[in-house]
Amino acid sequence: MRWLIGGAVVVGGVMVARRLLGGAGQSKDHWQQGPARRREPRWHVATVNRPASDVAPGGRLPEPLAGLGDAVEVQLRPAAGDRGTEVAVRLRDGARLPVATAARRVTGRDPEQAIRAALRESKQLIETSEVLHPDYPPTTEPTPMNKPLRMATQQGRREGRL
Amino acid sequence: MKALVWQGANELAVRQVPDPQMRNEQDIIVRVRRTVTCGSDLHLLGGYIPFMERGDVLGHEFLGDVVEVGPQVRKHKVGDRVVVCSFVSCGKCWYCQHQQFSLCDNGNTNPMITENVWGAAPGGCYGYSHALGGFAGSHAEYIRVPYADQGAFTVPDEVSDERALFASDAAPTGWMGADLGGVKPGDVVAVWGAGGVGQMAARAAVLLGADRVIVIDRLDNRLEMARTHLGVETLNYEQQDVSGELLERSGGRGPDVCIEAVGMESHSSGPQFLYDQVKQQLRIESDRPIAAREAIYNCRKGGSVFVLGVFAGLVDKFPLGAIMNKGLTLRGAQQHGQRYIPMLLERMARGELVTEHLATHTMPLDEAPRGYEMFKKKLDGCVRAVFQPTS
Repeated sequence: MRWLIGGAVVVGGVMVARRLLGGAGQSKDHWQQGPARRREPRWHVATVNRPASDVAPGGRLPEPLAGLGDAVEVQLRPAAGDRGTEVAVRLRDGARLPVATAARRVTGRDPEQAIRAALRESKQLIETSEVLHPDYPPTTEPTPMNKPLRMATQQGRREGRL
Repeated sequence: MKALVWQGANELAVRQVPDPQMRNEQDIIVRVRRTVTCGSDLHLLGGYIPFMERGDVLGHEFLGDVVEVGPQVRKHKVGDRVVVCSFVSCGKCWYCQHQQFSLCDNGNTNPMITENVWGAAPGGCYGYSHALGGFAGSHAEYIRVPYADQGAFTVPDEVSDERALFASDAAPTGWMGADLGGVKPGDVVAVWGAGGVGQMAARAAVLLGADRVIVIDRLDNRLEMARTHLGVETLNYEQQDVSGELLERSGGRGPDVCIEAVGMESHSSGPQFLYDQVKQQLRIESDRPIAAREAIYNCRKGGSVFVLGVFAGLVDKFPLGAIMNKGLTLRGAQQHGQRYIPMLLERMARGELVTEHLATHTMPLDEAPRGYEMFKKKLDGCVRAVFQPTS
């Protein structure tokens, strides 16, 4: 068991480090070249299984996305294959050095995390009329072994590949 | 309330834990009448899926009585006897509306873990680690059921608890393997694994019109059960040449559909078991895919292989060459139970699908650690151990 957990922690650590430093699903091709080595803010996209008129009735975005205010740019377009509406969101001023981004993600203060959570919650609200909550109160207890897992699940909707 | 909790690898205990609470308007709370062990629990129990916390409640196959109903629930009322699909699915996203319920976009409250490990997140599952949502399991007196109109099904009066219990997971999972594996009238179907899911897959193949159904295992009591209760043929891989027998029984072609119902801790009598066991224990591979390799190797040209057994990560010596050169179709899935459970309950009511024989041992929840010990080690002919938390 210790081997397994150790292996999982190493693999997970490498993945998290790659994602923190490299950005989700991006290679260096996406980086702007230049003295500051800054990159374009990436689009975070979710497909909602509803027409655009349900996603933003009268042009009003769902509350979790509207709550991000002018800090983000939002685009809607019909999804191919009659799959609903693609909702794309990115920071208006998202170009930052990767190290700064990594630090913000570790401390839970990265605005891109807020975008992911808002996208996921908006999709759930529109599709199912509510945001699914985890069980509460928990039945588990903190131990040194589950500390990394607890830290990860606290960011359950704010991280991932979205 | 009382619940069976995971305490660490191969360590279980019955403890007092907080009662579940309603968290969403589409929730119900169910008082558990029966809840059953599943082979996939053994992967959690053994620490092969490293997303468990000390105190997590196990169990995902259950039925019980509705005791509390959320304001947006339309199909259920207090007092209903319901069987609940083990996967948490919203019923509204694109995947659910295309009957692929275990792929639900909205049922997993921790999508980050599986998005990183597998590339995308499936739905949630009760009692199946924080990778699948961290929902408390059913080996408890009470359980919260989200999206209750989608995942809970009223049990017809004429279907007993003992029979309906397996409509939660084993029966729909097995049926899905035969259905999505493409079983047609006249087919020869081979099923690896004579546990609950394998037996249900074999019975589904019979009911879908297969000409011959052959179940493969090493445990004589399970093979006898399959012959007696399902009316199928069997092979004991420790005593018989599986490849030779399958060729002989399929006219030299190989089975049209091969269903793998074993998963990541499979056994074999050959040296490959030692090879995979060593690699798994050294963490060079996470899963032992012995039965999956056999299914691919023995399947006829152009045939179909369906993986029902639970796999978590990476396997070694995977016969991709056989898949490509024999033109096989390889599929797998966690159960899309919401698609099949109403039909299965009707078949249970008509007596076409019997499941009671799977419940070889029934006991109070207090004895659940002993039940898992029997189940894991196959003691006393244990196929499934059923717990009655509120008896």
